[in-house]
Amino acid sequence: MERMQHMSKNTDPGEAVIEAIGLHKSYGPIEVLKGLDLKLERGEVVALIGPSGSGKSTFIRCLNMMEIPTDGTIRFRQKPIGKSFRDKGAHLGIGTLRRHVGMVFQHFNLFPHKTVLENVTEGPIVVCGRPKREAEALAMELLNQVGLAEKHAAYPNHLSGGQKQRVAIARALAMEPEVLLLDEVTSALDPELVGEVLAVIRNLAENGMTMAIVTHEMAFAADVASRVIFLDQGVIAETGTPEDVILNPQNPRLQGFVARFKG
Amino acid sequence: MTYTWDFHSVWQYWDLFLWGLWITVVYTLGSIAFGVAIGFATCAARLSGSMILISIARVYQEIFRCTPLLVQLLWFYYAFPLLVGASIDNRVAAMLTLSLYVGAFYAEIFRGAIVSIDRGQREAAAAIGMSPWQSMTRIILPQAMKRALPAFINQSVIQFKNTSLVSVISVADLAYMAAVVNGQTYRPLESYTLMAFLYIAMLLPITQAADWVERRLRVSD
Ligand SMILES: Nc1ncnc2c1ncn2[C@@H]1O[C@H](COP(=O)(O)OP(=O)(O)O)[C@@H](O)[C@H]1O
Ligand SMILES: [Mg+2]
Repeated sequence: MERMQHMSKNTDPGEAVIEAIGLHKSYGPIEVLKGLDLKLERGEVVALIGPSGSGKSTFIRCLNMMEIPTDGTIRFRQKPIGKSFRDKGAHLGIGTLRRHVGMVFQHFNLFPHKTVLENVTEGPIVVCGRPKREAEALAMELLNQVGLAEKHAAYPNHLSGGQKQRVAIARALAMEPEVLLLDEVTSALDPELVGEVLAVIRNLAENGMTMAIVTHEMAFAADVASRVIFLDQGVIAETGTPEDVILNPQNPRLQGFVARFKG
Repeated sequence: MTYTWDFHSVWQYWDLFLWGLWITVVYTLGSIAFGVAIGFATCAARLSGSMILISIARVYQEIFRCTPLLVQLLWFYYAFPLLVGASIDNRVAAMLTLSLYVGAFYAEIFRGAIVSIDRGQREAAAAIGMSPWQSMTRIILPQAMKRALPAFINQSVIQFKNTSLVSVISVADLAYMAAVVNGQTYRPLESYTLMAFLYIAMLLPITQAADWVERRLRVSD
């Protein structure tokens, strides 16, 4: 918790941390993203909503170059990202980008051959070269924060879905990211386990973590997001405050979409 | 007609059997070691994304997977020297052929295990900033090797038995020695039964251990 507060003190509202400019992505002849722009400011929480297949995952995966955009630019700390792993000239490398931009997946993707603690310390030790002892202390602090300190020696297969996802969040946080990308992180969970994961994310939002969240949890999005973006057929069809987009949608397709998910 | 077993006369040559067994073990372990190196290199080429490397690796694999080991041994010992204009030691030819043969199969076992690892693992490694090399060595390979273990052991057991073919190019392995003893004693039943028994004695513990390993791996998954 202390770490989070420390981070929020450093926030400088108004400055774009990560930015997508004119983003296009095609798979063969199929254009999935048709020119998207997004600027994520420090401490901002953006919720991405939209029908299945609208390109939400592709979009969020372009932000950390998990998918290489066909056209357009990703900027991190005002610097464009190059296509190589290492930094080159004026371009930041993909490796540098990913060190500072964490990602949490729908299916957790924990490393099954490593304990919970090792999952969380892997990045700091291997990628950042931090001493093991220091990485473990940080990991225990983070596991404590997500309520799983007592599971540190367990293997992922012995955890529930909700616990796995909280470990995955701790693993991403261990890199001390400036931005966190979350792609439907509760969609693979049994309904009764969704709450514990959302609570962790809510906590991060309250402590000033910059996040882009793809979600179908409308109530959660309305509650935690500072801005909501409605993606439809590869374009940003609507963007605004949660009140505008989720509570009083004007666009008819958005109205239909929101109505279905409010259930 | 009753046959009078006479293991005694055969057993007088126990030192030949033991020496032959030793040679079999040496060629098996040697070719497994070289084969693992070749298999890894070939597997890396197959996964490299370079069309040239992939093609070379595939041609090599198909040649060695689609010709009998016996044919390969004969070719490397009798034909290859004519091609390069220098004679080749039968032991070198045997080790080379066995290694290339098993390497082609190992490469396929490794490759199959690596591509069977969920791509989410690679993505999760990439997402925390790991380089492709770090992701491969720390995340993918440990899981893939565990998955490859049963097939790897199986192929190695087959290799142990395949080694018997080197006797056709006069490498003095267990099968060769059994033939020698038979020539001395005119006791084929005893000579070859003892040989068979020695193969079983070597491999039975290994297949049992492999079954146990496989069960253990299934439980831990
Ligand atoms: N690797 C891929 N190859 C081909 N098509 C893809 C690939 N990934 C996604 N798509 C297509 O892109 C579209 C958008 O997918 P996605 O970003 O996953 O949507 P969402 O997350 O909003 O459901 C879909 O039509 C999907 O079939
Ligand atoms: Mg998706």
